[in-house]
Formats: sequence, C-alpha cells, structure tokens
Amino acid sequence: MRNVFAIAGKELRHYFNSPIAYLVMTVYAALCGFFFYSFTATYVMQSFRMQAMGGMGAPPMNLNDYIIRPLLSGVLTVVLLLLLPLITMRLYAEEKRSGTIELLLTSPLTDLQIILGKFLGALALYAVLIGMTFLYLGILFVYGNPNAKPLIAQVLGILLYGAALLALGMWFSTFTKNQIVAGAISLAVFLLLFVLDWVTAYGTGTPSRVIAYMSLTTHFENFAKGVIDLADVVFYTSVAALGIFLTARSVEALKGRA
Amino acid sequence: MIEVAGLTKRYGPTLAVSDVSFEVVKGEVLGFLGPNGAGKTTTMRVITGYLPPSEGKVLVAGYDIVEEPLEAKRRTGYLPETPPVYPDMTVTEYLSFVARIKGVPRKEVKARVGEISEKCAVADVRNRQIGKLSKGYRQRVGLAQALIHNPDVLILDEPTAGLDPKQIIETRELIRGLAGQHTIVLSTHILPEVSKTCDRVVVINQGKIVAVGAPSELTQRLQGYETVLVTVVGPSAEVMEKLQRVGGVNMVEPREAQDSRVTFEIHAEKGHDVRAELAKAVVESNWKLLELKTSGMSLEDIFLKLTTKDLGEESGDNGPASDVAKHLSLE
Repeated sequence: MRNVFAIAGKELRHYFNSPIAYLVMTVYAALCGFFFYSFTATYVMQSFRMQAMGGMGAPPMNLNDYIIRPLLSGVLTVVLLLLLPLITMRLYAEEKRSGTIELLLTSPLTDLQIILGKFLGALALYAVLIGMTFLYLGILFVYGNPNAKPLIAQVLGILLYGAALLALGMWFSTFTKNQIVAGAISLAVFLLLFVLDWVTAYGTGTPSRVIAYMSLTTHFENFAKGVIDLADVVFYTSVAALGIFLTARSVEALKGRA
Repeated sequence: MIEVAGLTKRYGPTLAVSDVSFEVVKGEVLGFLGPNGAGKTTTMRVITGYLPPSEGKVLVAGYDIVEEPLEAKRRTGYLPETPPVYPDMTVTEYLSFVARIKGVPRKEVKARVGEISEKCAVADVRNRQIGKLSKGYRQRVGLAQALIHNPDVLILDEPTAGLDPKQIIETRELIRGLAGQHTIVLSTHILPEVSKTCDRVVVINQGKIVAVGAPSELTQRLQGYETVLVTVVGPSAEVMEKLQRVGGVNMVEPREAQDSRVTFEIHAEKGHDVRAELAKAVVESNWKLLELKTSGMSLEDIFLKLTTKDLGEESGDNGPASDVAKHLSLE
C-alpha cells in the first residue's frame, strides 16, 4: 500500500508541477461556473414569474430539481468527459516516451501497485474538480434551502462515473508513447460510451437495450435524482475494474510477456 | 552474484540475444563490450527484470528474476541508457520518490537521499528541477537513483554516453570507487572505458558472446604471439639475421629504416619473453640498441577482429570467433 501511495503522490505531483492540473481546473471552474450561473438565473426568473402569476396551482419549485440535478447530469458529465482525457493521457504514454517506465518496472513493485497508484493519483485530481463543483453548490445552501441528502448519492455517482472513465483512459494511455494519440482515443471512446443510449430512440429489441445499458449516462440518472441503485454502483465499479484489468494486461504485453 | 545461463531473447522472429551465459562474482566490475545493436541493452534489461527472457535463467543475488522478481529487483540498481528521470521534479523530490519505491524505510529516506546526493556530486543542485540540469548532472542523478537503496548489484547501461571528457573521467572514478561494495555490470561500446574500469570483459556481437576475459588477457591471448619492437643502429641485414636466431623468435620484419637506424617487428612464441635475449644479442654484436618494447594489440584491434571476423565467416559454429571464445573463456 505504501508503494501505491508513493506512486499516487508522484502522479499528483506531476499534475501540479505541470500546467495540466491548473489548465483542467481553470477550464472546469469556468464552465462549471457558467452553467451554475445560467441555471440559477433561469431559476430566479422562473420563480419570479411563478410568483407574479400567483403559483397557479403548480408544485413549488425546488433547488434540487431545477439546479443541482440538471447541472450534474445534464452538463457536468459532458464537461468532465471532455476534460478527463487530459488527465489520463499522460499516465503511461509519458513514462514510455521518457523511458521512466524502465525505472518503475525494474523497481520492486508489482504491476498492480503501479497501476493502482496511477489510478489513485488521477482520481485525486478528479476529486479536486468535483470538490470545486460542490463549492458552487454550497452557494445554494447559503442563500436557499435545498435538500442535502441527494447530494450524497450525487457525489458518489459522479466519483464512480469518473473512476470508470479514468480507468479506461489509463488503459488507452498504455497503447502509445504519444500523449495526443492516447488522449484522442480516450475522447472518442468516452463520447461513444456517452451517446450509446441513443440507440433506444430507434431500436426497441434486446440488442439495443443491451447497448443502451452500456452507456455511461443512463447509469448516472439515478444518482442525479439522489437514488443509489446497486445496479449502477456495480456498473461503474465493473467498468473501472475492467479498465484496471486491461491496463494490467497491456503493461504485461509491453514487457513482451503476454 | 549474477548468474546468466543460456539466456536467449527473441523479439518476434528476430533473435536479439542467443544463448548467452556468464557469471559475475561479488565485487567485480564486468564490462559488456560490443557494437551498437549487439544485444548489450537487451541482456541488461533481462537481468534487471524489465524484459522476460525467452529462454534461459537469470539469478541475481541468488534470486531467479522470473520466479522471485521482487526479491531480485530489491537488490538491483539500474541506470538505463537515458537516465529515467522526471524533468518536472527537483533532484531531492525525485530521489525521495525512488527511495520509497525501492523500499528504503520511510525514516531513512531523507538521510539516504542526502548521503547519496553527496556521493554522486549532485548535492549542489538538489533543489533544482532535473529538466533544467545539464546532461552530466542528469546522468549523475541517474546514478544516484540506481544507488539509493544500496543494491548488491549495479547495472549501468553506457554510463558515460554523451558526457564531456571531464565528466567521463569523473564518472569512471565514481564507478571504480563503487567496485568492491557493489557488483557492477556496465556496457559500453567505447573501448578505453573497459580497460580503465573493468576487471573482466564480455565481448558480445550479434547476440552472441565472442570472448570473455580480463582486458589485458584478451589482448595477449587473442593475438596468439607476442610482439616486440626493436630499434637498432647497425647493418640491417646482419641484425635481422642475428635476431632471427634468438630462441623463441618466429619472425622478424623490418618496419622502418632511417639512416642506419632500423626498427624491427618481432613475433615471439606466446608466453615467451624474448626481450632480454634480444637485447643481449644486439649488445654482444656491438650494435646500438635504441629502443626495445613490447607492443600489445590494442583493444580496438581485438574488438574489430572479433566482431568483423564473425561477420565475414559465417560458415557455421566452428568459425574462428568461436575458437577464440573457447580459448578465452575462463573456466
């Protein structure tokens, strides 16, 4: 475990020694801030209008349904999807290019320790991004009274969502010495996984249901509503585990052992 | 300390290393000599556990690199051809990280990093980013990295490549200073390096060992005869005849003549020191002896001989190179 943390610490240090961490954080903060502002402004406009019309028997608007949920499931999953390749693309590609992979693989470490270390390092940076999101959401708690309980499911959901993507991205990073290539593959696959559930729009048979089930978005819906469904937890954890397993296979092949 | 037996490494259909066997005893410095692409790096990568062998066995400090890789790796320090450094880290950050993953106990990391920075002369740049250091410093940081956990075995792949002459001398001294406490294998394609730093040399070409021996031994044995150069003032024909009659001399050949001064190249039987006899013969005849010296074959000559012959005569396993190998290999 000590070795895992040593690697994770190293990865985190790379992110903050280089512009990557600051770039990702800035872009994320800006986009997240913009969307948060838009949703809040719309909410304020609408609630004024509702008040002016005297409610008209409509159910009262609440912050959870009008701001937090659409913000997380509607836009931030997409924003994160676009930013995560920036985090994962260097994990192995950079080590391969600079030859430092030789240091890691000739050190008394197991492959799994290295992989988990890198994964945790990336996950830590991701957690920082998520933390920023909840800073914005905190504003709602200062000036309004949204329900705090759904947040637990939402935090868990978005962390699992990220873990699944990060593990896959790490796998793509073992393919090449070139970070751009690794990043491009990640982006393409992430986007594809994101839109997979569109098949339900034109297909109704079992195949399209299965394909839609593999989509990353469908499983986030419940979390966004504040519901923790074991099926979704298992789905994201499985994808993350699969990514880690495939990375291990790929590293093995790298050594010409497979 | 290191035992390599029947090591073969294939990359797909290409044979990079073929049936290489050698041993390195504790405290020895073994030089790995060969042209580029001979299989030096591949062999070292197998010993360090970076690449798995296709066939054969490698034991490091008694641990099989395939069966017990972690134990073997704990006892090995490795400096690849390009130092495996992270340019964005400072020297101290980097060495601390390496110390941790190499299993240096947490409490000792700081002391160990300080100590090794002094030893490898990188203490004065310890807070600078490695990416901003000169090639020489970077190489020494690489060496510090290999030494940080005080390994029994040190594998250095071309440790002086790309350094300036002063740095080369310093690095060689550093390596010589490490011999004894560590068992060292270093590869190079630079010949003087071998005679200056190594106790024993393995010459490798096209994935095969072509010769093993101490540098001086290689020089002597490979040649098959001893060469002596004699410069004499006297009648050249007579001198030549006289020298020819000295016991043990096989061949006398005039090399240079200037006025009455002639230099002869004399080939004597192997293991026969004919210098005293030659001097006596010249002086007894009242000629003037100006110079008398043995001339060893330079390592360059040997190297070329070993590595080019192999290329020219690929008639099978009984080429001259393998004869030489048989002839030279130590028990």
